[in-house]
Amino acid sequence: MKVAVLVTCINDSLFPDTGKAVFRLLRRLGVDADFPEAQTCCGQPMVNTGYLDEAVPVVRAFAHAFAGYDHIVTPSGSCAGSARHQHGLVARRAGDPRLAETGPKVHELSEFLVDVLGVTDVNAYFPHRVTYHPTCHSLRMLGVGDKPLKLLRAVRGLDLVELPAAEECCGFGGTFAVKNAGTSTAMGADKARHVRDTGAEVLVAGDNSCLLHLGGLLSRQRSGVRVVHLADVLASTEEDA
Amino acid sequence: MPAFPVAAREALADTQLRRNLAHATGTIRAKRAAVVGEVAEWEELRLAGAAIKDNTLRRLDEHLLTLEAALQARGATVHWARDAREACAVVAGIARDHGVDEVVKVKSMATQEIGLNEVLAEHGVTAWETDLAELIVQLGDDLPSHILVPAIHRNRAEIREIFRREMGAAGRPAPDGLTDDPAELAGAARLHLREKFLRAKMAVSGANFAVAESGTLVVVESEGNGRMCLTLPEVLVSVVGIEKVVPTWSDLDVFLQLLPRSSTGERMNPYTSAWSGVTPGDGPQEMHVVLLDNGRTRALADEVGRQALRCIRCSACLNVCPVYERTGGHAYGSVYPGPIGAILNPLLKGVGVDEQTDSLPYASSLCGACFEACPVRIDIPEVLVHLRSQVVDAHRGGAPKPEAVAMKAASWVLSDARRLGLAERGLGVANRALTRFGRRVLPGGRRALSRLPWPGSLWTDARDLPAPPRESFRSWWRKEKR
Amino acid sequence: MTAREEILAAVRGALRDADRTEAAVPRGYRSATAPDVVELFAERVVDYRAGLTRCTTAELPGAIRAALGAARKVLVPEGFPVEIDGTAAAEAGTTAELAAFDAVVTTAALGIATTGTLVLDHGPGQGRRALSLVPDIHVCVLREDRIVPGVPQAVAALDPARPQTWISGPSATSDIELTRVEGVHGPRTLHVIVVAGPPSGRV
Repeated sequence: MKVAVLVTCINDSLFPDTGKAVFRLLRRLGVDADFPEAQTCCGQPMVNTGYLDEAVPVVRAFAHAFAGYDHIVTPSGSCAGSARHQHGLVARRAGDPRLAETGPKVHELSEFLVDVLGVTDVNAYFPHRVTYHPTCHSLRMLGVGDKPLKLLRAVRGLDLVELPAAEECCGFGGTFAVKNAGTSTAMGADKARHVRDTGAEVLVAGDNSCLLHLGGLLSRQRSGVRVVHLADVLASTEEDA
Repeated sequence: MPAFPVAAREALADTQLRRNLAHATGTIRAKRAAVVGEVAEWEELRLAGAAIKDNTLRRLDEHLLTLEAALQARGATVHWARDAREACAVVAGIARDHGVDEVVKVKSMATQEIGLNEVLAEHGVTAWETDLAELIVQLGDDLPSHILVPAIHRNRAEIREIFRREMGAAGRPAPDGLTDDPAELAGAARLHLREKFLRAKMAVSGANFAVAESGTLVVVESEGNGRMCLTLPEVLVSVVGIEKVVPTWSDLDVFLQLLPRSSTGERMNPYTSAWSGVTPGDGPQEMHVVLLDNGRTRALADEVGRQALRCIRCSACLNVCPVYERTGGHAYGSVYPGPIGAILNPLLKGVGVDEQTDSLPYASSLCGACFEACPVRIDIPEVLVHLRSQVVDAHRGGAPKPEAVAMKAASWVLSDARRLGLAERGLGVANRALTRFGRRVLPGGRRALSRLPWPGSLWTDARDLPAPPRESFRSWWRKEKR
Repeated sequence: MTAREEILAAVRGALRDADRTEAAVPRGYRSATAPDVVELFAERVVDYRAGLTRCTTAELPGAIRAALGAARKVLVPEGFPVEIDGTAAAEAGTTAELAAFDAVVTTAALGIATTGTLVLDHGPGQGRRALSLVPDIHVCVLREDRIVPGVPQAVAALDPARPQTWISGPSATSDIELTRVEGVHGPRTLHVIVVAGPPSGRV
């Protein structure tokens, strides 16, 4: 089984620790994964803003970087959704069906752990009160269901509290966050209020893009709530604590 | 009409409106979830609804001709209207032929879309809206903000004020001592409108469905105002979008399950009327049907976008939309607001023409809640992304906007890992500069930036931004792993 | 070109490249059924806050009288199977005349259990559409064996050539804060009498 990790452009440049956590976790589970260095981005920022021509070379780089792998794992529901559901669109635009060939092999992290590796207990330790926000693309584009919750429930020391209106969008939405900044922050403010209401110390999600937005709001509100990616939680062990 | 982000600003600042919307959409979401949950075969019904509509659209020309022939055989007169102006002229002409100066109306999206009331007024004909919410909007000289509940932005206290202030000028005044109890408000509307129903000679309706095979029109409603309009006057004119056609009567067994549960969250709406042309001795003895294009054939020509013509106007997508819940319907600048409006308006009008229409496909975080709720499985996020590319393509070749320049630059950087690596090294340098200014520290110890110049201010006006890390993942990997 | 020709040409142009073969429509929903349709129908009618009486043929006249309560001027359409004394069998009459009646008593073509819906197809015993609309009280008599499990069975049994009125509870609106309130333009009181045998008798 040849496994590659799609770290994603946002994690690569802004949240490198999440990328490191994915490798640490996979190694612990006996998976020797590669980081294909030619990887950049799934192309979603361009596709979702309407710039299909601009997405073509990005998706071409993606297809090139990940050719030849059986499974591609990514700590992002949104990037997995983009690869699986949007690369076909870009391929049609480019008139090159090969651009859509790698997309179907991409798994969001919880899918890979539960469906491919068949594990829910990854031997993690994270002694905090946590609430979990299911991100829209993992929930509705990929249909990951309760896989992330199963993984979190198996983490030792972790006190999982339910987030009210969990399935409602946080308002990030890629360029939506700046093109419609007012609406985006209004949505995020309600989500942040629900997070604060749970009394959790840590907000966990499977997408650092949503956490960038929510963490930014929670910080501005001086809530004291820390945002942490699912991968970082699952990679944590007693030694880290 | 300003573009969506600007138009939304006013609504976002109106806390009363936000409360009204959150309350109303929350109520309807819970009701819908409960009655949809009762139907074991719901997903199959959605598939069936989508398949019937798609099959119909694929042979729309044939079905329209069948419908026309069936209506004529049942004594109705069929008119065709290319656009709003033509459709309004037909209705105004019928009013003139009968010498009426007022008509009663059943709530109809098609007649709102074509601006019928305003045109009739120019011809000296007053159009009375008889649906309670439409009455509230009409009396308040307001605009509808929801497909199903046009006055969703109003609460009971505001409605009482509108009734007390405005009913007298339009006919029977509101009763003295009217409270804001919804049952009393509905009672006031009953008295006010009853005299209009009893004297009206002509009514105007739309149709939820038009059955080609039998020439049957169907109107789904709650209050009975529809029944009043459809049965009491002598002349009935129904304005029907050409996408409303379904091939056979039996196809309604899908839609009469999907529509009420998706729209008002009821097992069945209180009243559904179905009629096939003129019935001797029962109801209007003169009937006209206006088949309306007004952009529908343009939408039909869009291979991805044509699925929007499956829409049965239930408004489930509005009720679950987190954007709609914050902004309300007026920000969309159309009688079709919310997620369906964000795709339908550009499809009907075309993109690259005006800034407002072009802004609508971007009025979404692409969260997908609308697709999940849609009873005919319109993949609204897919169409939104498709329309965004049409908007961008329509502006290619002109002077590039800052966004287009940024996207080109991002594309250049992100299509080559070495370029991305260099850009990230730049972020590492910025880290050393910025962490000095980043006074805020995030929980966990990371520095954050709170105030950036434009365009960064679009982010930092309301959100902190973590300072870039000293080292990208890629750079770490090289050192550690290679 | 006329508008008709132009629209049809535009439709054909739009569909130039479309595949005209029809996709299969899943119809498994048509076999969905309910265990006790009469029981379910009664339960759902009450859910809408309509009145409900279940009775035998012999009890029907009393049930109608009770449902009419204090109503004085009662309309009875031609062909209604129960004779009701002192009422007007009004098929004719202007709308204004109809408005002077307190109540109307009709039968129905069928009832739908899962939705608690009455369907009138305005045949004998039901009258033209205005009769069951204008008076404020509607008493509707339905035979148990006219109750079908769901919407598909109802649609299959109905003839679209006849005008139809589907009624689910009294007139209502959800226009104020999306909360259902009974009583706008249609009858504000709906009373459904489900009768176990063929309706007949004299009130």
